[in-house]
Amino acid sequence: MSDLDAQTIAYARDTMLPPAPPPRREAGAVRWVRENLFSGPLNIILTLLALWLLWAALRDVLPWAFRGIWRADSVSECRTIRNELYGEGVSAACWGVIRSRWQQLVFGFYPSSELWRPPLALIVFLLAILPVLFANLPRRLLWLAPAAPFAIVWLLWGGPIWGPVAAALGFVLAWVVWKALASRGLLVAFLGALVVSVLYWAFLARPLAAALTSILPLGLTPVRSADFGGFTLSIVIGLSGISLSLPLGVLLALARRSEMFIISKIAVIYIEVIRGVPLIVWLLVAQVLLNYFLPRGTNFDILLRVIIMVTLFAAAYIAEVIRGGLAALPRGQYEAADALGLGYWQAMQLIVLPQALKISIPGIVNSFIGLFKDTTLVSIISLFDPMRMSSTIRATTEWGGIYWELYIFVAAVFFVFCFAMSRYSIWLEQRLERSHR
Amino acid sequence: MKKSVLLGTLTLAGLAGVAQAATLDDVRGRDALNCGVNPGLTGFAAPDASGKWQGFDVDFCRAVAAATLGDPEKVNYIPLSGETRFTALAAGEVDVLARNSTWTYSRDTDLNLDFPAVNYYDGQGFLVPRALGVTSAKELDGATVCIQTGTTTELNLADFFRVNGITYEPVPIANDAEGRQQYLAGACDTYTTDASGLASVRTTFETPDDHIILPEIISKEPLGPAVRHGDNDWADIVRWTFNALVAAEELGVTSANVAEMAAAPTENPEINRLLGTEGEFGAMMGLEPQWAVQAIQAGGNYGEIFERNLGEATPIGLARGLNAQWTQGGLLYTPPFR
Repeated sequence: MSDLDAQTIAYARDTMLPPAPPPRREAGAVRWVRENLFSGPLNIILTLLALWLLWAALRDVLPWAFRGIWRADSVSECRTIRNELYGEGVSAACWGVIRSRWQQLVFGFYPSSELWRPPLALIVFLLAILPVLFANLPRRLLWLAPAAPFAIVWLLWGGPIWGPVAAALGFVLAWVVWKALASRGLLVAFLGALVVSVLYWAFLARPLAAALTSILPLGLTPVRSADFGGFTLSIVIGLSGISLSLPLGVLLALARRSEMFIISKIAVIYIEVIRGVPLIVWLLVAQVLLNYFLPRGTNFDILLRVIIMVTLFAAAYIAEVIRGGLAALPRGQYEAADALGLGYWQAMQLIVLPQALKISIPGIVNSFIGLFKDTTLVSIISLFDPMRMSSTIRATTEWGGIYWELYIFVAAVFFVFCFAMSRYSIWLEQRLERSHR
Repeated sequence: MKKSVLLGTLTLAGLAGVAQAATLDDVRGRDALNCGVNPGLTGFAAPDASGKWQGFDVDFCRAVAAATLGDPEKVNYIPLSGETRFTALAAGEVDVLARNSTWTYSRDTDLNLDFPAVNYYDGQGFLVPRALGVTSAKELDGATVCIQTGTTTELNLADFFRVNGITYEPVPIANDAEGRQQYLAGACDTYTTDASGLASVRTTFETPDDHIILPEIISKEPLGPAVRHGDNDWADIVRWTFNALVAAEELGVTSANVAEMAAAPTENPEINRLLGTEGEFGAMMGLEPQWAVQAIQAGGNYGEIFERNLGEATPIGLARGLNAQWTQGGLLYTPPFR
């Protein structure tokens, strides 16, 4: 071959030509646009259609939003300012309603001198949950988690600090009894801890808290549940529901797959009954029906009732999501755990649940996002969630007839929260990816 | 904390049993009146920018609290939706329901409620654009009508058009907000709901003068406070608190001059009986002799409350109409304080 080449080719270039830039239509944005948007007649038509739709949607909305008037204390003032600035009949948003009522949309009727408390409670919650969410944080931080619920309850509802402290002591007491009795068998220890702590809460906790309060009156201004509103209410209900329903859902999923007849049937009945009835009905049950069963004058906090109902409701959904994860796990994993001689709880804790939960992450986060948005349903029982709050703001003579501004604000805040949850779930999935494919 | 609340509740549930104290004792024991209000209805009840509840119904709550507890601020406002208001009252969650509720036969009898008073005589009306050129509801033949589904207004509308032998086409809407939008977008020729509601919707329009409320009122909607059936003493207190406000207007007693008039007996014995400077009228209901003075000081007499929340000086701008004193052609006619 080389001989032949030597005879037939008179000249061969011995240096490389410098690379020439690709033709302009084959590079950069132009190429991307051509390949992705205008690659064929159908795509050209679809692109143009989409552009037209986008323009049709935004041509009125964007100028409306950017013309928006922030410094006004009523709709009529907004209109006067608009007429001065842009002339009559020009559409302009009246963001003044957000400016003057943001406090109610975010905090409800929470006393304005105490507004630092809900954000601080949220920070405490995040601090407590961070080491659970991000595995690379120091494990010592996990010690915050058991104390956080009491701190959060105290921050949100106020009152003397000794109430939550006395309540927390019950758990400490239960733990001590458990440790003391552990050598006599699990059942004895469990029952002992349960009886002691229940007796303590029923008879000792209140007098103890009262006594401590009289000795050292340390506390925050009490805030009634009725004063919770806006996003504070949504977040309190949503986050309590989320953090309480996950453990409950795991237990329910395990119970449903249990081979013990009664336990699995109880779980099945619970899940099907809760799931078969709309959340609104459960909320109405919480508000109205419970009052019929309880004696007149008992004040069983409405917010607590709602949190319990939302938790029970979400747990049924979480249980089914996790059951899906458990079912997706190959049979061999269970058999391997058995072969290693692990007991039921050890097998679940070390082998089955970590894998099943990983599989279920998208479903779990999906349920959480749904639960968070479902908190707006509490408006039906007249709690002041952001939606109810916006219609209440609209009922004042200053802001009658304001719709879009309030709805857009509420939607934007909800979007931020839900988007953050969704991003976290994607991050977690990627981090836990073990490439079984 | 939560568990202790739950357990405490269960313990209480066991102890308290079916003991039912009189509502007045409950209110005094709690040192606050639980008043069920609308979560937001222009002019009737709504919290202002600082979260303080205001409105026509709210002022009535304040008057009852002042009459029973001596302080108009001792009210827990419990907002109730249309669906849950009566159950909340029956279950004891509120002591009095001042939530623009229409007094009807079935609510009074079947739901076991009592309506001690009518504090606002409302009725269903029609809102039309002036450009439509209609001056009477009877000219609305063939019109499209925006109407809230599942309400008494829907039934009233059907009755009215059938009685007058004209036809209409309903455009169903879910709530006031949607009704306003649909009406302004021209989806319906006329919007119908209670006249007070129409007036407050109209004030939110850019050009209220381009719309008129037709003179026909096609239904009776006597709105009033409601209490549980069975506690007649409490119903008396609610009824006579309202009557005291009406009588005060009739007798010329206002929030400005009530303190002066109550300081010493006046020439008019009826005023003296009302304000407790003559006779033992408060004690007959188990209240302080000055109960009516406190109720009037809370927010003024009926006329003052009306003018402040709904009257012609407010953006809603309602005329007294049926809600004027009987001496001025209205329906307010309080029995004598004697």
